[in-house]
This record gives sequence, structure tokens and C-alpha cells, in this order.
Amino acid sequence: MAKVEMTINGRSVSGVVEDRMLLVDFLREERNLTGTHIGCDTSQCGSCVVHVDGKAVKSCTMLAAQAAGSEITTIEGLASDGELHPMQAAFRDNHGLQCGFCTPGMIMTAVDIVNREGADVDEQTIREQLEGNICRCTGYHNIVKSIAAGAKEMGSGMKEAAE
Amino acid sequence: MYETSYHRADSVADAASKIGDEGKYLAGGMTLLPTMKQRLAAPDTLVDLTHIGDLKGVSVNGKEVRIGAMTTHAEVNGDAALQSACPSLAKLAGGIGDPAVRHRGTIGGSIANHDPAADYPAAMLALNATIHTDSREISADDFFSGMFETALNEGEIVTAISFTAPDKGAYEKFRNPASRYAMAGVFVADHGGDVRVGVSGAYSNGASRNSEMETALSGNLSADALDGVAVDAGDMLSDIHGSSDYRAHLVKVMAKRAVAAM
Repeated sequence: MAKVEMTINGRSVSGVVEDRMLLVDFLREERNLTGTHIGCDTSQCGSCVVHVDGKAVKSCTMLAAQAAGSEITTIEGLASDGELHPMQAAFRDNHGLQCGFCTPGMIMTAVDIVNREGADVDEQTIREQLEGNICRCTGYHNIVKSIAAGAKEMGSGMKEAAE
Repeated sequence: MYETSYHRADSVADAASKIGDEGKYLAGGMTLLPTMKQRLAAPDTLVDLTHIGDLKGVSVNGKEVRIGAMTTHAEVNGDAALQSACPSLAKLAGGIGDPAVRHRGTIGGSIANHDPAADYPAAMLALNATIHTDSREISADDFFSGMFETALNEGEIVTAISFTAPDKGAYEKFRNPASRYAMAGVFVADHGGDVRVGVSGAYSNGASRNSEMETALSGNLSADALDGVAVDAGDMLSDIHGSSDYRAHLVKVMAKRAVAAM
């Protein structure tokens, strides 16, 4: 058993878990953060993407023990004060989901893309960077549209904050 | 996943002392953890190398490049000094897997695993790299000994790779449309007229050089120089994704694309 301490969505948490426990299971089973989904058993689908120390990571392919000491952000940690994160709002406004199963991973990956590529990220880059996220409903067009719109909104938010 | 125990090593010596007979070193875990989830691997101990500071980072001194084994693909891709000294390797790192994989996967883990379809092994061969371990230095030519096999001894730890940046280099791969792994990936590097060609994804014994191509290109670094080279299909993988003839053809096409991109 491993004692793990980490910060999840700004709150310090700890737990005693089996060494083999995956981070995604720690989030879902131990912390009841079920917004992070498990869509496959092969590390391919991306519905479990969370941010570990600010970087998009598949939480199904990392042990909880590996994440000890890290800062984790899950889909539940994006909204603040009852306001959707701009990327979440963009997915709603642009019909970026149908069944919604892949959406938490898509949005966490999307925010990571904007953090790395900036608010003016082009469509080709968005499509390439979605390589690790699979959606079985939408054909991706509205997801790509949502991310471009969310990126612009995040960019204007960053500018306002800077001013 | 079968039961295992996790140990976070704080030094190379600490890691080596904890590995035991049935343990495995854990780097980014991008292959090992999915394999364990499928119960295709069941190490009793995982020794995490990623928190050992000595094993991380890229250093560039003129044309001499050294990359710590636990440097992630994203870090290799984004390193400004490497982008200037050896842009082809930085670009290769940015094409491995997907962004989440690049945030975790490491160069040391990739070469120690020696997946025949991994990208880095072709580069190590073409760059004439040296693989540094906790006990010795191994040339890339001697390191990749067979599919999923390397010259590493039990318990030996890859600590870094180093090479002299080539005058020019380029890597081109043809991805499997579903898995996105390379069905053929060719790294061509020009070391002052001496050209080396490393191939991933295609050869049945793992990453290999192609000496016929090297000879043809060393006299004439142009895609046309490869027209007369016959790639032997007898050495190639053959599976549901592509026959050996198909892969032999792909190797030549990727080599031509790499030369054209140099």
C-alpha cells in the first residue's frame, strides 16, 4: 500500500491505496470525481485526460503513486464561481458533443492545446493535437470548431486579466 | 493489473538496489503500464526513474548533444538549443504518439523498450549515438540487438544518450492508419558526406541501418540516388497491416522523402 498526497482542483487530499491503483481510479473511486471517464482499456481513447502539474496526461496510464506530490486538475476543477470555463461554454455553444462521454477528456486536452499553442491556434494544429482523443459521435467537426472558439475566448480572458 | 509494489527512486544507485529479480524500471510508462493493464507483464516491483534529477534535461555544446534518459518527448521537441543544433530529432519527438503521451514518455524508456515501431531507435542509429548506462557506454549499432531486445544487462539503467549533430538530417514515417505507429520510419543523417540511414517499423529484427542506401547516398545526397537501390523484403516484417514487399517499398519511399526534406 502507498500513502499518496496530492492537490486536486486546489484541495490537498491524501489516501492510502494499493500501489497498482491507477490515477483515474483514485479520482473516480476514492475522490468521487466521476467526470473523468474510462473509455477504453488500452490507453488510446483520451476520455480520462486530466492535467498533472499543468500538462495533459492520460490518468488511466499513470499510477496514483506516480502522481503523489503533484497538482491535478480534473474537468470538475475548470469552472469557477458557478461560471463555466470558456472552453466548456464553447463546447455547449458549438454543439461540440452528442453523447458527451469523450467530452471531459476533449475539454482537458483542448485547454492544454491552448496553453501550449496560444489563442490563435489554427484548425490543422487542433486536428493534429486531438490525435489522442477519440469521439465516436460527432465526426470531430464541431469539436474542432468548439476548441477554436474556446481558444479565442480564453485569449480575450487572458488579455483582460493582463490589463 | 496484477499486484505490484511501487518505489520512487531518488538516485540511480537507489534504483539499481531496489530492482530485484522480477522488477522493472518505470520511465514514462507509456508502454509498460498499458502492457501491465493487459496482464501481459507482471513485474513484482516498479522502480520509478522519473524523479532522478541527473537523468533529466537536454544539453547542447556546439554540435555535441546529450539528452538525459528521463527527458520527455515534449521536452526534447520543445528544447530551443536542440531545435537549433539538430532540428530533425526535435521534430521527430514532436511526432511520437499524441500530446498526452509526449508529456510522459521518455527517450530512455523508448530506446530501452526497443519497440520495432518506435521512432527514436532509427534516429539513434542514423545519428551514430552513444547510449550511456550506469555501467558503460554502448554504441547505437551495438545496442539494438533484436525486436524488443537490447544489449542492456539485467538491471542496467540507461542514463543518457549523446551524439554529434549531423550537418543535416530528416525523419519521415508512414503511420499505420489505425494505431498511428510507424509502419516504416526512416532517419537519414549526413555527417560530412558520410550518410547514415536508420530504419524503424519495418525490419523483423527491430531498428536497423540500411547499408545499400548509405552507400548510394554517401556519394550523392539526392532522392534520385536511391532509385537503383533494392530494399530486400526478406528482412522485413509481414503482418495483417502490410506484407514484407509493401514494407520494403515503404522504406524506400520514406527514405526518398527524408532526403528530399533535408
